[in-house]
Amino acid sequence: MIENVVKKYGNLEAVAGVSLRVEAGERLALLGHNGAGKTTLMRMVLGLTPLSSGTINVLGDKPGSRNARDAIGFLPESVAFHGALTGREQLRHFARLKSVPAQAAEDLLERVGLSYAADRKIGTYSKGMRQRIGLAQALLGKPKLALLDEPTSGLDPISRHEFYDIVDDLAAGGTAVLLSSHALTDLETRTDRIAIMSKGLLVANDSLGALRHAARLPIRLDVTTSVDAADRVSAHLGGTRMNGQSVYLTCQPDEKLGKLQEIMALGNDISDVDITPASLEELYRHYSGQQGDL
Amino acid sequence: MSILTIARLELLLARRNMWVATSVVLMGLFTTVLTLAGGAPTGTLGVDPLIVAITSITTLSVYLVPLIGLLLSFDAISGEAERGTLALSLTYPLSRGGILLGKFAAHICVLGFAIAVGLGLTAGLTIWQYGMADLSFAPLFKLFATSLALGSAFLGMGYLVSAMVRQTGVASGIVIVIWLVCVVLYDLGLLGALVADDGGYFTKTVFPWLLVANPADAFRLINMPDVSVSVLTSGLGTAGGASGTIAQLASLLLWPVAALFAAWMVFRRVEP
Repeated sequence: MIENVVKKYGNLEAVAGVSLRVEAGERLALLGHNGAGKTTLMRMVLGLTPLSSGTINVLGDKPGSRNARDAIGFLPESVAFHGALTGREQLRHFARLKSVPAQAAEDLLERVGLSYAADRKIGTYSKGMRQRIGLAQALLGKPKLALLDEPTSGLDPISRHEFYDIVDDLAAGGTAVLLSSHALTDLETRTDRIAIMSKGLLVANDSLGALRHAARLPIRLDVTTSVDAADRVSAHLGGTRMNGQSVYLTCQPDEKLGKLQEIMALGNDISDVDITPASLEELYRHYSGQQGDL
Repeated sequence: MSILTIARLELLLARRNMWVATSVVLMGLFTTVLTLAGGAPTGTLGVDPLIVAITSITTLSVYLVPLIGLLLSFDAISGEAERGTLALSLTYPLSRGGILLGKFAAHICVLGFAIAVGLGLTAGLTIWQYGMADLSFAPLFKLFATSLALGSAFLGMGYLVSAMVRQTGVASGIVIVIWLVCVVLYDLGLLGALVADDGGYFTKTVFPWLLVANPADAFRLINMPDVSVSVLTSGLGTAGGASGTIAQLASLLLWPVAALFAAWMVFRRVEP
């Protein structure tokens, strides 16, 4: 959908040749530090910002065209509404603009858990409630492509969980979802593919497992030993002795099973083993840091 | 369809934000006072009391209608850009021209309602004081229609400013300057030039056109063709009205169209 897109602001290349595809029903997470070009990329897909070069194709149409805008649901970062309107009025207004029946607005208010506050002025809403209205309007008319810019910022963990439930339903209904986020832990389980941007470049674009594999980040093994066996265990396995009862060691993904066998062979000296694969945060640092060194 | 949707929302917002109430109270209050005050000296003169009231109200409207128009429009685009509601609106399937026309439709309704209430009060009070006989209502309708045109011109200018600047504060400053120039300084400037020229070429040929080029002056001329000139300066004869009704009408109709078109051209290029 996005091919070799460049956006220049003067000498600054905000997006420097990014190519990206989102398939129907796929949840793609776009990661990157502040200023990496995520929002700019989304704005170009929306047709709000003209491209400096390259092409973007939204379901066969140009970004910003009527067909493209009909097919896209967008939740902007720090979404804002008219404070003097009630939630219901605002959502019904958007429904009319999208030529969606008013009942759809009611259903969505219910879906995002705002029915109870639908007749209160948006000016009195909390940030989380405004975010819910924002999500509801992005879902109006079952969009073919949903662009969600930092959708979970300002949401508490439970709201966040509910939010990803809605995103899952959306993707299950065939919507292509492109979301950017800083809440890395959520994305680990709730997305199909992860794209990482750094300084306007796409530095990674794959499933979490494949990214882990390619990064060859070490797996961490925390071995808990029986009392006073830590010295013996660390002498045998290598690794770092943390205290009297635990040893910490790392290995590459393909060495994992062998290492585990070694550990099991120690028998009664071992009381527990924790295996931690590289977290998304480590991966993220790995990929965006790599770019930083260049 | 989407124009109506925008207009509907803007009307709702104008009601919530008390703009409708404010405009109606302003227009109603001033027209009532002028009708009652204007009636006092004319009762014995035998002039159509409605004409007297309309003359005073025209003088007032020249100040008030542009002011209300600019106040309604100055944050139409910059305000939305500042609040962050503009970017989201623009991702919906409707054209920027549609957004502008929808806002315009709502604002002209607010303005029209306020003017209608004001002039309705004038008509009602005059009838109450003098009875229906001998009143001619045609000038009242002319005043209403030309007020709408005047208001549209300044709404358009407000949108233009609003689309050009990103901050509402700056927009409000600029529209105040526009208002001052159009309804006060422009006339003062022309007056100065007239005095300096002392009845020469400028007074006879350029001045009438310059006068009618300002929509506020065109509005004044069209609604009080006799009085306006003596208001500006004595001894001018009909120089002020020399441009004729057609030029005055053209000015009042071209300004709204040109201003709205310019606003649309600028708004089209706005990157939210």
